[in-house]
Amino acid sequence: MFKYIIRRLLVAIPTLFLTITLIFFGLRVLPGDPAAAMLGDNATESAVEALREKMGLNEPLWKQYVDYLGSLLQGDLGYSFISNASVSSQLFSVFPDTLKLTLAGIFFGCLIGMPLGIFSALRQNTKTDGFLRFISMIGVSIPPFLLGIYMILIFSLKLNLFPSNGTGQGFIDELHHLFLPALTIGLILSATIMRYTRSSMLDEINQDYIRTARAKGIPERIVVYKHVLRNTLIPVITIIGVQMTGLLSGAVITEAIFSRPGLGSLALGAITTRDFPVLQGALILFSVAVVAVNLLVDISYSIINPKIRAK
Amino acid sequence: MAEPAIQIPNEQTERKKKENVRSPEWAAFKKNKLGMAALWVLIAITLIAIAAPLIAPYDPYAQNVANRMQGPSAAHWLGTDSYGRDTLSRIIYGSRTSLLVGVVSVALSGIIGFAAGIIAGYKGGKIDDVIMRVLESIQSIPLLLLGLMVLVAAGSNLVTLILVITVGLLPSCARIARGTTIDIKEKEFVKAAISMGSSTTRILFHHILPNIMSSLLVISALHMTSAIMVEASLSFLGIGVQPPTPTWGNMIQDGFKYVTLNPTLAVYPGIALIIVSVSFNLVGDALRDALDPHLSRKR
Repeated sequence: MFKYIIRRLLVAIPTLFLTITLIFFGLRVLPGDPAAAMLGDNATESAVEALREKMGLNEPLWKQYVDYLGSLLQGDLGYSFISNASVSSQLFSVFPDTLKLTLAGIFFGCLIGMPLGIFSALRQNTKTDGFLRFISMIGVSIPPFLLGIYMILIFSLKLNLFPSNGTGQGFIDELHHLFLPALTIGLILSATIMRYTRSSMLDEINQDYIRTARAKGIPERIVVYKHVLRNTLIPVITIIGVQMTGLLSGAVITEAIFSRPGLGSLALGAITTRDFPVLQGALILFSVAVVAVNLLVDISYSIINPKIRAK
Repeated sequence: MAEPAIQIPNEQTERKKKENVRSPEWAAFKKNKLGMAALWVLIAITLIAIAAPLIAPYDPYAQNVANRMQGPSAAHWLGTDSYGRDTLSRIIYGSRTSLLVGVVSVALSGIIGFAAGIIAGYKGGKIDDVIMRVLESIQSIPLLLLGLMVLVAAGSNLVTLILVITVGLLPSCARIARGTTIDIKEKEFVKAAISMGSSTTRILFHHILPNIMSSLLVISALHMTSAIMVEASLSFLGIGVQPPTPTWGNMIQDGFKYVTLNPTLAVYPGIALIIVSVSFNLVGDALRDALDPHLSRKR
């Protein structure tokens, strides 16, 4: 077990290293001069040149890269071109907002998706099942930005129940502001969770040990809740890990639509101002999160299913 | 001498006969009502996109400020936008962008990704490791952010947009192709072909490719939805296809600006987008059920 975890960690490191390299060169090889963009159209050539020098953009690319990797290892993500604040402090100041939104989204996703999936599986091949599956199909086909807009249209503008932007102040107000964006992410996630819960439940319900339990005369209710459900939910929970990239993309665009602060808003803002260090830091944080969650998923799989460890 | 009256049917001619009558996969697909309905919707939308100039009631670029922000009427079925352009005509023309971006990026990512996956799965070892590590690192950057990064740096245009989506779809193409190739590679008939001295090219094209084709077709249909959704999201953020070219994404963006004045501006193109992406997903699901009964319950 311990060996497996070490092996998985060793595989994750080159992936992360490659990702960082891709992000670094991706941002630099592409056309567009951050110094010129920062100073605007009226800047003189010499001013742009001076700023390039100051920002270290005139150094050879490989030296910039080595310097960046060096400071990255020390946890230093550089300084914003615009505000001069350290990138890591900027990232960490908005990180809790994105975390709250994502967790609340996962909460709604499970709250809605799991019971519907179980319900649908227990009524396999009935009209209810068909209807729920069709609804979940719409859920996986609707982009988060569109659902967010529809939510604002219905719940903020028409019904005037929830605010459409900002984060609010004080606990209750914050929850009130969090509700709609979290529900947006949650509904989209719930569609996937529902589909997986349903199929995982159907896989489980046809197993021999369930037949044995029924044959022993255990009441159906207990068979479902004690035997089937437990084994159904383990693979479903790991799906949330697989959905992480989607969740993060969803959070980015949801933050933009509901004008909430967060990693997504920070990254989007950094893109318009060409604030390379901030953008770079945000992208790296996103991919570290994805790699880390996938690692956790793999490890938890291996705990549940020893066969995987042997591979 | 007369030929013997009775012909002994061999397995091959028997199978061919059945296929000539009707392929069992197609029969299974036709039984799926939702899938068939979705297929017809997609055919209709493709025809509409191709024949857009004939069908659209107005020029999608023609501005008429006097008529701006109108609700639905007999002259303008879905109303007009902030420049007085006909919403229905713009939605019809918008289908062109969505389908173009979808088809080209899915085809490109399919060709490259499937090839990479088949090679990785068939060769294994170092090549497999290198290909999969590179693709994994692409996959760890959310496609939307990857798109944002590239489009802002390189400038927004259709070609860059298509290339970004192509790159974003590559990892899952390769993963599917690799997984199915590894499964097939272990089958006896492939081992037999190898032991009889078939060349690698022959094995790949004659034995492996036909057997993994169905999985590739399914993932391509599902990828159409992803591609169309990402294009719309990026256009919505203002860095995809640039106005005045009508796309559903930038129409929704425009509508969202005036959401308090005329909410329908954001709603109609959104509905068009949902119809197309649901249809591709339904067709993908129906294809999976028809082609690969083992997989049908997964997901």
